[in-house]
Amino acid sequence: MLLEINPLVLPDIGLVFWNTIAFLVLLIVLGKFAWKPMLKAISDREQGIEDALSKADKMKADIAAMQNENEALLVKAREERAILIKEAKEASEKMIADAKEKAKAEYERIVADAQAAINQQKNAALTEVKNQVGALVVEVAEKVLRRELSNKAEQESYIKQVAEGVKLN
Amino acid sequence: MFNLYFIPQEEFCSKLGYFNPFIPIFAANFEIGMSFRRIKSLLVVSLSFVALLVSTSTKANESVVLPTDSNKVKQPIVAEAEPAAHAAKEEGSFNVTETILEHIKDDHSWHLWGHTSLHLPVILYTSKGLEVFSSKNFLDEHHEQTIYKGNFDYKIIEGKTKIVDAAGVVDVQASKQLWDFSITKNVASLFISVFILLVVLLTAASAYKKTGVKSAPKGLQSFMEPIVLFVRDEVAIPNIGAKRHAKYMPFLLTIFFLVLTNNFLGLVPFFPGGANVSGNIAFTMTLAVCVFIVVNLSANKSYWEHIFWMPGMHWSMKLFLAPIELIGVFTKPISLMIRLFANITAGHILVLSLICLIFIFKTVFASAIAVPFAVFIGLIELLVAFLQAYIFTMLSAMYIGMATEEHHHEAHEAHKEVAHH
Repeated sequence: MLLEINPLVLPDIGLVFWNTIAFLVLLIVLGKFAWKPMLKAISDREQGIEDALSKADKMKADIAAMQNENEALLVKAREERAILIKEAKEASEKMIADAKEKAKAEYERIVADAQAAINQQKNAALTEVKNQVGALVVEVAEKVLRRELSNKAEQESYIKQVAEGVKLN
Repeated sequence: MFNLYFIPQEEFCSKLGYFNPFIPIFAANFEIGMSFRRIKSLLVVSLSFVALLVSTSTKANESVVLPTDSNKVKQPIVAEAEPAAHAAKEEGSFNVTETILEHIKDDHSWHLWGHTSLHLPVILYTSKGLEVFSSKNFLDEHHEQTIYKGNFDYKIIEGKTKIVDAAGVVDVQASKQLWDFSITKNVASLFISVFILLVVLLTAASAYKKTGVKSAPKGLQSFMEPIVLFVRDEVAIPNIGAKRHAKYMPFLLTIFFLVLTNNFLGLVPFFPGGANVSGNIAFTMTLAVCVFIVVNLSANKSYWEHIFWMPGMHWSMKLFLAPIELIGVFTKPISLMIRLFANITAGHILVLSLICLIFIFKTVFASAIAVPFAVFIGLIELLVAFLQAYIFTMLSAMYIGMATEEHHHEAHEAHKEVAHH
């Protein structure tokens, strides 16, 4: 049975022997001097590319963050400017209003003072007038008294007349 | 007629639950392989048909008796050493089977051109010790086979060195003690491929030292790097896993490049090609044994558990599965061995058969059909050469991946619990 097997499928010991040696030599020599440096270089390069890419991504993100920051700063500055302007406006308005108020108060005070002075002078003048009227009355009364004291009846009617005519105030 | 193109089936098989270890050799599920097989078988059928027509018409018209019967024309690729083939060795006759087998088989001399051959050294180890002599001694001045008288009387019988007695009869008992370590054509071709690989790959690897890591690969380096990357990204990582693949990369790369180089060298019809190394069972057997050793040495506990005591099964099923799985351990490398051997041998036989058509019909016009077909098959063979190297490496990686895979048993155990209650 074994002798009838096709020689094609009967392995020769010689080729098996030399092939084992050849394969082991290849495996050891190539494994050490070809595959190891090649695979290492390839993985190093891949690592390098990966690193470079991630670095680029990071930088991109950084730039974007910086831009955002700038924009935020700009917005903030704008806001601040608006606030400042607003505050300045308010301050000036307030100053104007204050000045107006002050002026008004001063004016009122002056008016009131003037009125008070007028009143005072009026009163003084009235007092003087009263005093003079009193003095005149006394003078007139003196003259009347001197002329009419002899006639009693006339005296009385006169007094009455005078009294009626003189109304205090 | 032509089912020498075996197809990898283990992936499918493993999905089925490791049931049938024999499927890998015979089933057809690989799409690329399928289409090629179809094209090839179609070609062979159509060619045989044409050959049949032409041969019968020649027979009818001319009274020339061809040494080959129509039966042989119908099946030019059947590689069986028929006893009748030896009988038909008359003057001027042409024996297709013998010619083809001569080209497929190993030899002690390497034909260069015309009548010039390279006589390779014969190294024999017998009970009387080691013996080295030129294979030229097996031929006499008329280039006929003769007996060489060394420690014993040696003669080449059917391509194998045998010890004979003075009358030229094989001494079977003594021949069993004969170990033939000769540098045959295949061994020499293997050494040439090893030399080529060493030169090419060491040159490519040294370029990394010179140009550094960061620069783009140049020249030979840029030619080898995609292949290395292909083996890593398409073969090793998908089958073994990103974590464990690095350890097996040198092994897989060496196998891939050795098979690929020998496949390509085998397609070169003249020196330094022409030897049928990767179509030799000894070559594929050695590589398959290496794969077998690597797979079983790197196998983890759960791999053996899945072979001898399949988890998640009833105990009777476990007993039933254990022998099947155990056979599977051996059929995997055997399928590797047969697949590569058969594919490459079949390709060589096919090309040679087509060329032999010219000699069968004894007319130069046969070359009008034979040569274009031979060129076409040759082109397909180029693809097969790459494909087979890829498949061999991929299946090796897959077996390693299966042996080192980390299994998770939670699902199995849960199932078991349910089954028990």
